[in-house]
Amino acid sequence: MKNRSTILFSTLTAMLLVLFVVDLVFGSIHISPSNIFDIIFNRNNGSIESEILLNFRLPKAFTAIIAGASLSIAGLMMQTLFRNPLADPYILGVSSGASLGVALITMASAMLPAMLVNSGWAMIISAIAGASVVLLLVVGVSFRVQNAVTLLIVGIMFGTIAGSVVSILQNFSNPDAIKLFVMWTFGSLSAVTWNYMQVLLPVSLAGLFMAFMLHKKMDGLLLGENYARGLGIKVIQTRFLIVVATGLLAGGITAFTGPIAFVGVAIPHIARGLFKTSSHRILLPASLLSGASLLLICDIISQIPTYTLPINTISSLFGAPVILWIILKKK
Amino acid sequence: MPVLKTNSLSIGYTRKNKKLLVQSALSLTLRAGELVCLIGPNGTGKSTLLRTLAGLQKPLSGKILIDQQDITVFSTHKIALKIALVLTDRIDVENATVYDIVAFGRLPHNNWWGNRHKSDNGLIREAIQMVHLERKIDECFCELSDGERQRVMIAKALAQDTPIIMLDEPTAHLDLPNRVDIMLLLHRLAHKTGKSILLSTHELDLALQAADRIWLMSNEGVVNGVPEDLVFNGSFNKTFESRSYFFNADNGNFSMNYPMTGKVWVTGNKTRMYWTLRALARAGYMVVPEAETVINITENSWIVKDAEFHTIESLLNHIDTSL
Repeated sequence: MKNRSTILFSTLTAMLLVLFVVDLVFGSIHISPSNIFDIIFNRNNGSIESEILLNFRLPKAFTAIIAGASLSIAGLMMQTLFRNPLADPYILGVSSGASLGVALITMASAMLPAMLVNSGWAMIISAIAGASVVLLLVVGVSFRVQNAVTLLIVGIMFGTIAGSVVSILQNFSNPDAIKLFVMWTFGSLSAVTWNYMQVLLPVSLAGLFMAFMLHKKMDGLLLGENYARGLGIKVIQTRFLIVVATGLLAGGITAFTGPIAFVGVAIPHIARGLFKTSSHRILLPASLLSGASLLLICDIISQIPTYTLPINTISSLFGAPVILWIILKKK
Repeated sequence: MPVLKTNSLSIGYTRKNKKLLVQSALSLTLRAGELVCLIGPNGTGKSTLLRTLAGLQKPLSGKILIDQQDITVFSTHKIALKIALVLTDRIDVENATVYDIVAFGRLPHNNWWGNRHKSDNGLIREAIQMVHLERKIDECFCELSDGERQRVMIAKALAQDTPIIMLDEPTAHLDLPNRVDIMLLLHRLAHKTGKSILLSTHELDLALQAADRIWLMSNEGVVNGVPEDLVFNGSFNKTFESRSYFFNADNGNFSMNYPMTGKVWVTGNKTRMYWTLRALARAGYMVVPEAETVINITENSWIVKDAEFHTIESLLNHIDTSL
């Protein structure tokens, strides 16, 4: 069993590295791996190739890795907390909050100067604000309720309310504003420049760090909250920390890239299937590696047509059949 | 030697700052190496008492002492080193083998990173041996029967290595052979390991046979004692008093109060007597010595006057029509 894990981890790591390079190679123009090496290590700058690689493809590939890792870990935590295989990082309403924030800034900001609205930061800040508001509400509720299922319902209700407000806003908006918002909901890995990365990376790392610190407590939660208490785990405190970590991971990513469906719900299942375990000490790094790889694959696929496809569509279109296959194979 | 003691303990719930008292002034003792069964009608607070003693909910007032220390002020972690739990909650852990589930019992002993000590493996295997599941150690928990699952959870509690184990209705959902099995197992474990084991159950007859001591819970409080003493002093009858059934002190079972319509007398074969009497009671016949109808039980039939019957059914039909 130990051996199997070692082999799998090495394979996943190697796969991630290969995919990372492949993701850098393909795109509107082909940059060969040796060129990539040249540009990165010899600082062969000035050319269009180096411009594309350093300021476009490299941050995009890093974003794919961070997003894949964060969403998968967040999904794993939600599935453990709610003991529900269908839970995903957005189940607490974080992405609905973010989309409400973005909807407000894109569609209801006729009074704001156009320059501010069109700058990238405005969308990101409003997404973070929306996600944080919902997260704070859910955290507040998490201290008051006895069991996690109530929390689930609260998250879904917040999500529904946010969704309704977004619909109302759409109803009263002009087509340009609606298009801007819809584009955001498609998700985009290329929106993250090095500037944004300086904010995104620390937020995601903080969330990942919390997740790894909680691994033993999450193991205990697998038996249900009562058994977890019986094993000496402070359930309410743990629940609070899980919600905060998920908020950082899912909220942070959604703010910068827009919602990316499916990765968060699917990857934990793939990790469990591969490693045949439910121990979070294995599942956390396994989800991290598989999630990062999957999103790189999605990004590579989205580059194949001349016009780049939205990442949210690709992740759902190519990911959902994978999950179906896994579930049916298990039967 | 007392392991756990309660001092004027009040249990119940606090809802919107109002206290809902379930039981009060409880002074109970758990001793080492003893199996204690907590029984009583529904709604008297068995689960509340168990949850309170296990630290899953706070008492309204009073103290719970383990080794002379009040555990109501203990952290969840410190309680987990004293009391191991077996609950009725459904376990649904993907990919987990029997070993993995039992290993959960070591969680309170591990450091935050969850590293197992070298001795952990031995304790886990020993616990699995004690519940006789060595052969299933690497099998998926999901493939076990209900009885085996319950034994795994008991092994988890053993691996937790606490002086006290508490079980909430460990025999619910099990068939009769498994119910007997689990009770005997717990009885043996209590005596062999010196742990005190407290369980709640609805299985009166099993509890009477297996328990070293019974906590009999009713709305008037908790009576505790050796099972037979509680039978003799009428505590059982008082607790389970009802119009439709009575506690039969002869066999430790509940018997129904059937409306009586006729009188018969029965003599003969001892082994068939019990079942014949049961059938007659159900059909509404009181068995009295001076009755006119006399049923004589032979090796393989029943004789009433000159007529011979080979099934209870034909016998009952006959006396129904002739009486």
